[in-house]
Amino acid sequence: MNTETIKSNKKATAETVRISGSEAIIKCLLAEGVEVLYGYPGGAIMPVYDELFKYQDQIHHVLTRHEQGAAHAAQGYARISGKVGVAMATSGPGATNLITGIADAQIDSTPVVCITGQVASHLLGSDAFQETDIVGISTPVTKWNVQITKAADIPATIAKAFYIAKSGRPGPVLIDVTKDAQFEEFDFKYEKCQSVRSYKPVPETDLKAVAEAAQLINAAKKPMIVWGQGVILGKAEAELKAVIEKAGIPSAWTILGASAVPTSHPLNVGMVGMHGNYAPNILTNECDVLIAIGMRFDDRVTGNLATYAKQAKVVHFEIDPAEIDKNVKTDIAVLGNAKSSLTALLPLLEDRNHDKWHQEFKDLHAVEFEKVIKKDLHPEKEGLTMGEVLNQINVQSGGDAAIVSDVGQHQMIACRYAQFNITKSNITSGGLGTMGFALPAAIGAKMAAPERDVVAIIGDGGFQMNIQELGTIFQQQVPVKIVVLNNEFLGMVRQWQQLFFDKRYASTEMTNPDFVTIAKGYHIEAKRVSKREELADAVAEMMACKGAYFLEVCVEKEDNVFPMIPTGASVSDVRLS
Amino acid sequence: MEETVQTFTISIYTENNIGLLNRISAIFQRRHINVESLNTSISEIEGVSRFTIVVNLTEARIKKIVGQIEKQVEVIKAYYHTDDETIYQESCMFKLRSDLLFEEREIQNIIKDSNTRIVTVNKEFFVLEKSGRRHEIDQLYHDFSAYGIMQFVRSGRIAVTKEEMKISQMLAAFN
Repeated sequence: MNTETIKSNKKATAETVRISGSEAIIKCLLAEGVEVLYGYPGGAIMPVYDELFKYQDQIHHVLTRHEQGAAHAAQGYARISGKVGVAMATSGPGATNLITGIADAQIDSTPVVCITGQVASHLLGSDAFQETDIVGISTPVTKWNVQITKAADIPATIAKAFYIAKSGRPGPVLIDVTKDAQFEEFDFKYEKCQSVRSYKPVPETDLKAVAEAAQLINAAKKPMIVWGQGVILGKAEAELKAVIEKAGIPSAWTILGASAVPTSHPLNVGMVGMHGNYAPNILTNECDVLIAIGMRFDDRVTGNLATYAKQAKVVHFEIDPAEIDKNVKTDIAVLGNAKSSLTALLPLLEDRNHDKWHQEFKDLHAVEFEKVIKKDLHPEKEGLTMGEVLNQINVQSGGDAAIVSDVGQHQMIACRYAQFNITKSNITSGGLGTMGFALPAAIGAKMAAPERDVVAIIGDGGFQMNIQELGTIFQQQVPVKIVVLNNEFLGMVRQWQQLFFDKRYASTEMTNPDFVTIAKGYHIEAKRVSKREELADAVAEMMACKGAYFLEVCVEKEDNVFPMIPTGASVSDVRLS
Repeated sequence: MEETVQTFTISIYTENNIGLLNRISAIFQRRHINVESLNTSISEIEGVSRFTIVVNLTEARIKKIVGQIEKQVEVIKAYYHTDDETIYQESCMFKLRSDLLFEEREIQNIIKDSNTRIVTVNKEFFVLEKSGRRHEIDQLYHDFSAYGIMQFVRSGRIAVTKEEMKISQMLAAFN
């Protein structure tokens, strides 16, 4: 193919400047305020990398060790900052390697823009080297995607991509740019996208519905709130807290809603769902009004829908009209952004307290504490528990750390026990359940919030799914804290095998390498502990370390995570053992 | 009522975008919903395309599907209607041997009685076209089958609604 840039006189007018498509991509990213992006070069994206080289003082490209790492790093960046994360890859395998991260961002509503190179437009459809139909492949897992074959389309398309990714219910957008469009020169001018005529990101808050909701809430004897990530994405944390406090409503959260209201808040009654807390799960089926705010009634939250909150009136505050009545039939739907809806709701609420009802949560919590929490956090047996590691991190970070967890038992333990004082602090793969998420996501999170302590909590299985990103941490000197809770098992699957498959441990036992040596191989300070008396000091050393730190904790091999709602069971059938 | 399976016509007004057909069909594929027919065309509004999709579903289900369709960035608006709420037609073509036209008197009667139009006639074959309801086309198919059909094709349903669809106002409000 022709790799020569067509030379032309740089006839800059007052408003435009004549540049190549690849330079335009960088200028677009700069115009959107992008300071850092994650990616991996290759043939079809090389012209853009050449421009990244020229612009390296203005935009920081982080070379990950795998494109999946780039996608998750962009997610981590977005989740902790609320800004759009950017990932870049070449055509073919580079692009397909992004897909898991894109699918993860889609189901967890994370604003990410992915830019992929593509073979030159005259080669499209010819099965050219590293050609793949990434637009076709990514269609079901993107909020929007598009292929650019003409440089002149770059500015408006990238502007639209950022607008779509971050507006309304956020999500991933993929832009595929053919190599000839990267080389082509055109008169560049950038204008931010303000609207797209076929796209209404935020439905207007219906004040009548808000009033009806308020009436129902005011009349409720046993109201309960379940909030989700919509509160965080809608920047409605303060509004939610005000609503909770004024109406005196016991409030629980979904895994992605964690940290929107501090863990220590007296009306925060814990997590709902499969491994959520005992009280909010049981009492979901006893409340008279269930107020769902920015959550989508995922099956891991509801258990069996046929027996989910049937006694309750359901009020659903939601930005995405497609979520209304999708899983749970609502009595009152309040469409709109959580911030504006809750702002409208607050003055209509009567000052209440529901002490007697709240006491029911406390009583059930006491049962859970006795049967589960105490043993997890303050075990008397010999082997270390995952819970006591989390407890140490809480004690030593004071609840100010951002926790990036992977997927499995350690994730449930992290989400159940981590103390959160600050919003956007629980970064985990919720909807997709992507093992391998945490290590690269922690890189993105730490780079977006260098002032925060970012602690990645990972199992020995998930760690090995993107272990190569230790290389990125080393090269970029990203001071993340990595805690691997090693039970030498794919623990969650093993737990299910124990409970539901008569202990047939098919392919869940892991013979692991020496993780500490591997970390040290990447020049990352590392330590392994397997005894209780070493734990506090090791965590202290990790938290005090200026640079990256790797801590392997050898935990009990066959511990289970409880409470647990078995698949298909009702929330009120939550088991404590 | 919400749980009875019935025929629905989905009308989708969209931007004219290459990938959109893929995006919309994926919504059906993912949920194992069989598309009875699908037609795309321009609409009454310049630059706006129109999809007409026919599916057999419960109303509870179709509501959710239309919600998912409308969620797509380049979909301007999507509606669903029952047969009673639309005026709808399908179109079909038959290619038959020309000797039948001259030798089988019944063929001429069928053509006349059904208001079927002769598109072309030559020595080897002739082509008929008929627009109408599905049962009319099925009847024709049945009638001609006895004589041997060289080729048959039927279009997807196209439909207009009895009530107004306020797309123009929506777009005017945007501009």
